[in-house]
Amino acid sequence: MARSSSLLYLDGVSVSFDGFKALNELSLTIAPGEMRAIIGPNGAGKTTMMDVITGKTRPDSGEVFFNGTVDLTGEDEASIAELGIGRKFQKPTVFESHTVWDNLELALKAPRGPFATLFHVISGGEKKRVEYLLDLIRLGSKRHELAANLSHGQKQWLEIGMLLAQDPKLLLVDEPAAGMTDAETAETAELLKDIANDHSVVVVEHDMVFVRSLGVKVTVLHEGSVLAEGSLDHVSADERVVEVYLGR
Amino acid sequence: MMSSFLFRAMDARAGIFLAIMAAVIVLVPAGNLLMPEGSTFHVPNYAVTLMGKYLTYALLALAVDLVWGYCGILSLGHAAFFALGGYAMGMYLMRQIGTRGVYGDPILPDFMVFLNWGELPWYWYGFDMFWFAALMVLLVPGVLAFVFGWFAFRSRVTGVYLSIITQALTYALLLAFFRNDMGFGGNNGLTDFKDILGFDIQADTTRAGLFAASGLALVVCFLICRAITRSKLGKVLVAVRDAESRTRFLGYRVEHYKLFVWTLSAMMAGIAGALYVPQVGIINPGEFAPANSIEVVIWVAVGGRGTLVGAVLGAVLVNFAKTWFTAALPDIWLFALGGLFVVVTLFLPKGIVGTLSQGWTALRQRKVSEDFEAGSDQPPSQAPQSPASPANVSPKKSASTVPADADPQPAE
Ligand SMILES: Nc1ncnc2c1ncn2[C@@H]1O[C@H](COP(=O)(O)OP(=O)(O)O)[C@@H](O)[C@H]1O
Ligand SMILES: [Mg+2]
Repeated sequence: MARSSSLLYLDGVSVSFDGFKALNELSLTIAPGEMRAIIGPNGAGKTTMMDVITGKTRPDSGEVFFNGTVDLTGEDEASIAELGIGRKFQKPTVFESHTVWDNLELALKAPRGPFATLFHVISGGEKKRVEYLLDLIRLGSKRHELAANLSHGQKQWLEIGMLLAQDPKLLLVDEPAAGMTDAETAETAELLKDIANDHSVVVVEHDMVFVRSLGVKVTVLHEGSVLAEGSLDHVSADERVVEVYLGR
Repeated sequence: MMSSFLFRAMDARAGIFLAIMAAVIVLVPAGNLLMPEGSTFHVPNYAVTLMGKYLTYALLALAVDLVWGYCGILSLGHAAFFALGGYAMGMYLMRQIGTRGVYGDPILPDFMVFLNWGELPWYWYGFDMFWFAALMVLLVPGVLAFVFGWFAFRSRVTGVYLSIITQALTYALLLAFFRNDMGFGGNNGLTDFKDILGFDIQADTTRAGLFAASGLALVVCFLICRAITRSKLGKVLVAVRDAESRTRFLGYRVEHYKLFVWTLSAMMAGIAGALYVPQVGIINPGEFAPANSIEVVIWVAVGGRGTLVGAVLGAVLVNFAKTWFTAALPDIWLFALGGLFVVVTLFLPKGIVGTLSQGWTALRQRKVSEDFEAGSDQPPSQAPQSPASPANVSPKKSASTVPADADPQPAE
């Protein structure tokens, strides 16, 4: 796909840590409105790829473009978030000494400057939005609870809620089902499919049942580059994919 | 907008604090000026000055709590901003002396005559006017903090490294102010003040007035800190304290937030120093000593970090103890202070106020649970924490859930 018509465009991206290539000439394109699953063994570079997209890590070489025109390698985390890229971390990170409500309020799309927040008074519209999200992530009864008191799965959901509160164009979701029960995993897949109706989503996950239930195009990452791409059935039939997964 | 901003500062805890402060501000000067000596209600002169000094320390502690307790910036250099505010005030007081100095020079302070300086250095211009000095009390610490913070926060210096460079900052200033050719009186500093705004600085009424001014400054700064920490900005600060990198990924420009509170806090420390100097009658480079800044952090830790009221309480209590110790057992004080810090760190990690409000929350939680069992339709999870009080909130220790402590957690 051409860069101009893409939402996210990575071309020849390399990142090395002390000589070790975490990403090796990685190229990947996400179309507007698309949902994409990324799989790959541990250490394949999935999280590093998200670090590059969100400005946490600068690539040694290669191009990263958002919306076809915005060069992300020149921006920092805050401006990339403002551009409309939201991220859920592999290890759930919520603000533990804030309540569930405050976590969502902080994430809500609103002016981010210190003076704007200093004089901010929560509006009726914002309250409605937080209520809606609380409902969606099923934490309505926990709204006044500190995030520290949530279970692991609830934290994952809260973080997804925070991601939605930002109302980003593109959501990067890193291992959302990690540490969840089967029932929770199934619910999370449903939630993500819902979200994908009006957002572009890139989701990294190990759980094949989960990936299958998403029913979307899959990219297999291995040693920092794309090994295979296509439907889950297509990539599972690929010998090299079977090898990296079984030969571990 | 402004009214809702100030309105936010008020609640029961702030109310209690303000009531106590109002009583102190009225009763101490009244007891000193109106009650005859020998009366049980008479407040002796030395006590007014001493308590006035505690109030300025309390304001310094409040400033440290704003950056440390709410934003996680452990400043070990706040005494530098305090001393700079003090020097700005001291320069005004020096220029009020006029011909009453030992050498009787109408313009030059005594130490400059002594050093055979021919004329006033340019940076002493304007300090004969109170409004100018008052402006400098805010601007000098504010600008220094802004420049320091601009570089430190932009290059993402955090944690221990930041603490170390704040120590270096105050130490560098200590060395600089010791030098005679800096033009601030060198080793001896600035002293022998005569009057302030035309009032005799030794007079009982002036001392009472300075006491009241210190109390008022503390109250105003407390309300400002309170309004800030309870606003959405305050919530962002706590978010930065607990998970800085996560806050960035939400689109908040963390360095701007840090710079804002850091600069504000330095200006508050400057005000504290400016009120301190006329009450103790001297400012010298010793105020920049790195140990002073560390002591302030101990006051805040003792009182309860991230509670504001705790910073004030800690400063007053520890300094009261210090006054007592240095009179009764002077050799022991430093050991006592160190010991106190260890005890608080080990047994009262949330400080006095933090621990008290945690106990209060637990009690309320139990009460709500009982009501719930008794048939109220309010589920117990609804009540325990007020969403508006960000910092000292601690996971409730109820029987059913075993909460993880709200430790800072880095975003991966
Ligand atoms: N900050 C870092 N410093 C050094 N090595 C790193 C760093 N981040 C990731 N790596 C290495 O890069 C490789 C890819 O890691 P990661 O992107 O986390 O993999 P994945 O998310 O696919 O499991 C791993 O071998 C990891 O050890
Ligand atoms: Mg990973």
